[in-house]
Amino acid sequence: MRRLVNSGCRFLLVATSFLALSLPASAADSLTVVTFGGAFENAVNKAYFEPFTAKTGTSIVREQYDGGLAKLRGMVESGNTTWDLVDLESNDAIVGCDEGLLQKLDPKLLGDVSDFIPGAVLPCAVASMVWSTVYAYDTSRLKTAPTTMADFFDLAKFPGKRGLRKSPKGALEWALIADGVPTADVYRVLGTPEGLDRAFKKLSAIKSEIVWWEAGSQAPQLLADGAVAMTMAYNGRIRVAQLEDKRPFSIVWDGQVYDYEWWGIPKGAKKADAARTLVEYASSPDNIWKLSNYIPYAPPRKSAVSKVDKAVLPHLPTAPDNFKNALQINSEFWSDNFDGINNRFMSWLAQ
Amino acid sequence: MNGISPQQVQIRTTDPRAGYRAARRREALRAFILAVPLLVFLLATFIYPIGKLFLMSVQSGEVVNAIPGTATLLADWPGPPDLPSPQVFDRLAADLQKAQQDGTLAAAARRLNNYEPGFRTLMLKTVRQLPSTSGLPYSEELPRIDKRWGDAETWRLLKRAATRYTPDFLLTAMDREVAPDQSIVPVEKTQAVYVDAFLRTFSISGAVTLICLILGYPVAFLLATLPARKSNLLLIFVIVPFWTSLLVRTTAWYVLLQPNGVVNSLLIASGLTTEPAALMFNRLGVLIGMTHVLLPFMILANYAVMRGIPPVYQRAAVSLGAHPAVAFLRVYVPQTMPGIGTGMFLVFVLSLGYYITPALLGGAGDEMISQLVALQMERQLNWGLAGALSVYLVIFTLAVYAVFNRLVGIDRLRLG
Repeated sequence: MRRLVNSGCRFLLVATSFLALSLPASAADSLTVVTFGGAFENAVNKAYFEPFTAKTGTSIVREQYDGGLAKLRGMVESGNTTWDLVDLESNDAIVGCDEGLLQKLDPKLLGDVSDFIPGAVLPCAVASMVWSTVYAYDTSRLKTAPTTMADFFDLAKFPGKRGLRKSPKGALEWALIADGVPTADVYRVLGTPEGLDRAFKKLSAIKSEIVWWEAGSQAPQLLADGAVAMTMAYNGRIRVAQLEDKRPFSIVWDGQVYDYEWWGIPKGAKKADAARTLVEYASSPDNIWKLSNYIPYAPPRKSAVSKVDKAVLPHLPTAPDNFKNALQINSEFWSDNFDGINNRFMSWLAQ
Repeated sequence: MNGISPQQVQIRTTDPRAGYRAARRREALRAFILAVPLLVFLLATFIYPIGKLFLMSVQSGEVVNAIPGTATLLADWPGPPDLPSPQVFDRLAADLQKAQQDGTLAAAARRLNNYEPGFRTLMLKTVRQLPSTSGLPYSEELPRIDKRWGDAETWRLLKRAATRYTPDFLLTAMDREVAPDQSIVPVEKTQAVYVDAFLRTFSISGAVTLICLILGYPVAFLLATLPARKSNLLLIFVIVPFWTSLLVRTTAWYVLLQPNGVVNSLLIASGLTTEPAALMFNRLGVLIGMTHVLLPFMILANYAVMRGIPPVYQRAAVSLGAHPAVAFLRVYVPQTMPGIGTGMFLVFVLSLGYYITPALLGGAGDEMISQLVALQMERQLNWGLAGALSVYLVIFTLAVYAVFNRLVGIDRLRLG
């Protein structure tokens, strides 16, 4: 018994010291910014955070998350918001604002709002960049180059595995585009039962060859490992693999599904004022273009495009050659229909 | 000696027992005080959140909070085929505008969207258009804004959602819903997800448990019968992976099993196959990964029991004429039942909640229930449904506990 108690005490001691270590370090004048991490975090750090710290003396604590509003909602409901600025996907930026998890953003911070591309300023969030879901292939493995979305679904012409994100979002839009639906009509068709059937039918044709991934970093890895012949991927990840890992990857821009990424300040953020200053800094015409030099995501301001490094321009989703047949994700559509379609998607997966 | 009174004798005979009881009480109190911090910790971080999650599976206050007046009026409405009275329309219009000012509308709209895709936009759109209405009574105005308000089914769903407590999350988690005639019916086939996911979770857990038993039992036997020096060395091979992070081991398998990974390269080099074999992104990958992660539990549970079994019983059986195999099966194996039971119980219950390994190594049809809980929790913000799925998972785990208790006897389970 005594031995048990002794070792119990020792365990408690060790456990509490670990607990102390795991508590977040918080300095008085630091700002906690949460992003999806990876290449994007490195890019925003170099483009905005480091110069911002140099200029204002406010140090920035970087944290990572996988998207979704669950953590934010938990913090706001418990009245202890430890995040000051959050990198958000469209859906979360809209819903987070509707549900009062984000603070209203004063458009005055952003200067000339008409300089932003349409839809890039929301009541609670401002777009930080435009990113895109595209498909990519390894040029050293495919003899003929695919060029269209239909090629991605053509197993006869381009045999081999296909990587897709395990979500109906994106995959169903692509299936319809490949089946000949013009990008302008995709969501109208997808909103009808027949259209949904049509998308699933198209997807079923390549189902046996699909490798499903969940984290964005898996896509370039699958391609590098030769596990797939082509894969859905975020354009920035592929560019980084091309540049840093010298991979012979190529992107097919046809049918790209693009979306904005957002900055939002959580309700109850302790350093809300400093967070607003950072948003103002990162969104200003003088700075917003800098991100594109580190990662090929496009700036959401019209005046910024001309300032981006000329060598980077052709790799941006919004470059004219890449933007010919592009579709913006319809977050309203997915907010309404995700549950039902995702259930159908999961039962379709398990068949 | 002669001076001892009866009273003193009395004291001498009862004193030790009373003292013993007092000592026991002190000991119990001491143990309790020592455990208090842990109990408080468990209460705060384990029992309270789980209780709250369970409560969440039947709570649905979003709609009532947003439109309390309408909810009260709808409670008296008998339901389709007739529409509610014009008074209810008026109340709803007023409630909606107030809810938008209070910021309670979005949560209600999200909740209603669980019942019918598009209900969310219906609510938001209606509120947007209300201020610019023409002065018609709302019973005509609302259906003009959107024709769904003229459909009694819309109002039925609104009534269903506008209650503080609801069985609907628990029904959805079993792929059931309440039909317009109040009967409980299965959901449409394309929408049925959760029953299959539970069955899949059980079959994967069962398979992992059996594979662990088949692989782990002989190893445990070897460890228990070898001389101490050799068995200690072997034990390190069991324990080191046990200490390694789950994520590290899972990603290690990811590297080994991928199409151009180590295993496939060896298979192709040895001429066994020409095409890379599909070792991951399917059920096989999940079973390999989970078995490897959980095997130490099975080995250690059995080893602990086997080490305490004296070899003399088996020897006695053999000396009485039993074949060694018979002696093993009929004398040795029954004595290891507590180990087998502990190992199987541990492995099975741990498998039920598995998350990372099936997500990384599994394919399309290998989604386990905890992955679906995470989806509802993190992505869909549907904590009610996540709670309901967790309730079933806990109930099934308790059921497994009861079965094991019946078959093996939990009091005989031991870990060392």
